Amino acid sequence: MKLYELTIHEALNLLRRREISAVELTQALLDRIVDVDNDIKAYITLLPETALEEARLADERRREGMDGALLGIPLAVKDVICLAGAPTTCGSRILENFIPPYDATVIERLHQAGAVFLGKTNTDEFAMGSSTENSAFFTTHNPWDPSRVPGGSSGGSAAAVSADEALGALGSDTGGSVRQPASLCGIVGLKPTYGRVSRYGLVAFASSLDQIGPLCKDVTDCALLLHVIAGHDARDSTSWHAPVPDYTQALRSEIKGLRIGVPREYFAAGIQPGVETAVRKAIQVLADLGAEIAETSLPHTEYALPTYYLIAPAEASANLARYDGVKYGYAAADAADIWEAYRKTRQHGFGAEVKRRIMLGTYALSAGYYDAYYLKAQKVRTLIKQDFDRAFQQFDVLVGPTSPTVAFKIGEKIADPLQMYLSDIFTLGHNLAGICALSLPCGFCDGLPVGLQISGPAMGEEIVLRVAYAYEQATPWHTYKPALRNLSQNEYQMDKEHRR
Amino acid sequence: MALTREQVKHVAELAKLGLTDEEIEMYCEQLSAILDYFVTLQRLDTDAIPPTATVLPLRNVMRTDEPGSSLSREDALANAPAAVEGYFQVKAILE
Repeated sequence: MKLYELTIHEALNLLRRREISAVELTQALLDRIVDVDNDIKAYITLLPETALEEARLADERRREGMDGALLGIPLAVKDVICLAGAPTTCGSRILENFIPPYDATVIERLHQAGAVFLGKTNTDEFAMGSSTENSAFFTTHNPWDPSRVPGGSSGGSAAAVSADEALGALGSDTGGSVRQPASLCGIVGLKPTYGRVSRYGLVAFASSLDQIGPLCKDVTDCALLLHVIAGHDARDSTSWHAPVPDYTQALRSEIKGLRIGVPREYFAAGIQPGVETAVRKAIQVLADLGAEIAETSLPHTEYALPTYYLIAPAEASANLARYDGVKYGYAAADAADIWEAYRKTRQHGFGAEVKRRIMLGTYALSAGYYDAYYLKAQKVRTLIKQDFDRAFQQFDVLVGPTSPTVAFKIGEKIADPLQMYLSDIFTLGHNLAGICALSLPCGFCDGLPVGLQISGPAMGEEIVLRVAYAYEQATPWHTYKPALRNLSQNEYQMDKEHRR
Repeated sequence: MALTREQVKHVAELAKLGLTDEEIEMYCEQLSAILDYFVTLQRLDTDAIPPTATVLPLRNVMRTDEPGSSLSREDALANAPAAVEGYFQVKAILE
C-alpha cells in the first residue's frame, strides 16, 4: 500500500510504531499532489515548505517522546478557513490576495494536535454553490469521472481526500456543503451540530447555519478529527459549552435495537432510481444488523429549500457587506467617489452567484418585503425544526439519501440556479434545524458513488458515528478508490491558467 | 412575481453593488423565477408560529471584560488596499 492511500488511523499506527516518519508521509502526499492535481484541481494554494517543516517538527516531537492526536498527519483545509500567513481566498477575486493575520480556532486545535497542513482547497465562491463551478479560479474535477463535478461547496476538500491528495480535510457546511461533496466523491463527511465546532476564523456566509466539519476516508477518521476540533470557544459566542466526548469510543459495530427512521419525503419524485436502490439496500443492511427500521415523516421537507434560500442569502447579504475595498481585499482603482468605489469593488470582486445571493438577500430584508419573506422563512424554519424534534422523540437516527443524484456533469446545471439549488434538497433541513448529519458511501450508480445520510439530534454525533461505523464495518464501500485512469502522469507543472 | 428593472436597480443600490445592463436583465429574470418558487411558503399558515433566529438554547452570552492581546497596527493594516501613516485610506466622504 502506498503511504498516501493510508487512512488517518492507519498512518497514526505506523507513525507511533516508528515504521514511517511524518516527513516521509508528507512527502508522499506532496508527490501524489504533483502527480494528480493538475487533473483534479483540488487545491487553490499548496504549502509544501511549511508542510515539510511541520512534519519535521512532528518527527522531532515524537523522537522526544511526545505524541498528539494527529501528530504528523497531513491534512487539507477548505479555503474559507483562516490559516495565518497563507492566502485565504474563499474562491473569490475579492479575497485573492488576502492573507489572514490569525488562525481559525479549528486550525489552532489541529496545530496543537500535531497536524500538518498541505494546502487550501477549492470551493464555490464564499461557499455558495454545489459543484465548485462558482469558484473564481477553476472547477475541481470528480476523481471518479473528471467530466463531472465533485459537488460543493467543499468540493476541493472532498476531491483531495477521494484522490488520496490528503489523509483528511476540513470543509464547511451551510446547507450541505460537506455532506453533498462527500457523497459525490465517495467519502465520509460530517456536519456537526450547530455550535459543536467553533466558527472563529471561518469566513462567514450564513452565520446561523454555518458549521465546520471533517471530510475523511472512513468513519473512524471522522471521529478522530471531530474530537480535536469540537468544543467551546470563548471567541465564538454561538459555540456550545457541552463537554467533548471521546468520539472514537462511540465506534461500536453493535446497533441491535436502535430505532432508525426513514423519512418518506426523502424518496420523493426527482430522486435518481439508482440512488434510491443503493440507499434502500443500505437500510436493509442496517435492519440485518438488528436495528428497528420504520418509515416516518418530516412533513415540511419541501419547504426547506425556499426557507433556506431566503435565510441564507439574507444573512449572506449582511455578512458580505464587509467587502468594501477598505480594510482588505480587492479595491477598484478608478472610482470618482466612495460610493462608486464600493459599487465597482463589489461589481468586479464578486462572481455571479454571490451577487445573485446578495441581491436575493437584500431584497428579502428590504422595507416592505421583510415580513413576507424573511420573517415568514424564520417561522417556517420553526416548523422544520419541530419536524425533526418530533422524529427524534421516536427515533435514534434518521437515514436517507444525501443527494438526489450522483455527480452531475460539469456545466450541466450552472445556467439554472434553481436546478443547482435542488441538489441540496435533502441536506438543507439539518442546517435549518441545527442538528448533526453525516454522509458515507453506500454503493454505486453508473459507476459513481452514492451517499447514505445519517442524521441525529443536536449533540447526537456519537449515535450518528456509531450507526455509520456499524454500517461501514458491514460493507466494503469505503475500501473502493477511484481509478484516476484518465489522468496523465506528467511532470508537475503549475497550471498558470487554472491555478492562482 | 416579476421584478422590474427599477426594482433590481434599487436593490443593487441598497447592496452597493454595481451591475451591468446585462446583469440587470439576467437578475430580473432569475430573481423573479426564484421568488415565484418562494410563493410555496405562503401556503403555510404561520400566524401562531414563533420565528427561529437561532437554534441554540442560548441567550445573551456574557463574558468578563478582561483586556487581552489584539492585532498589532502593522498586522491590521497588512491587507489594506491603501494605508497612510498607520491608517486605512478611504476616499473623501465630505465635499
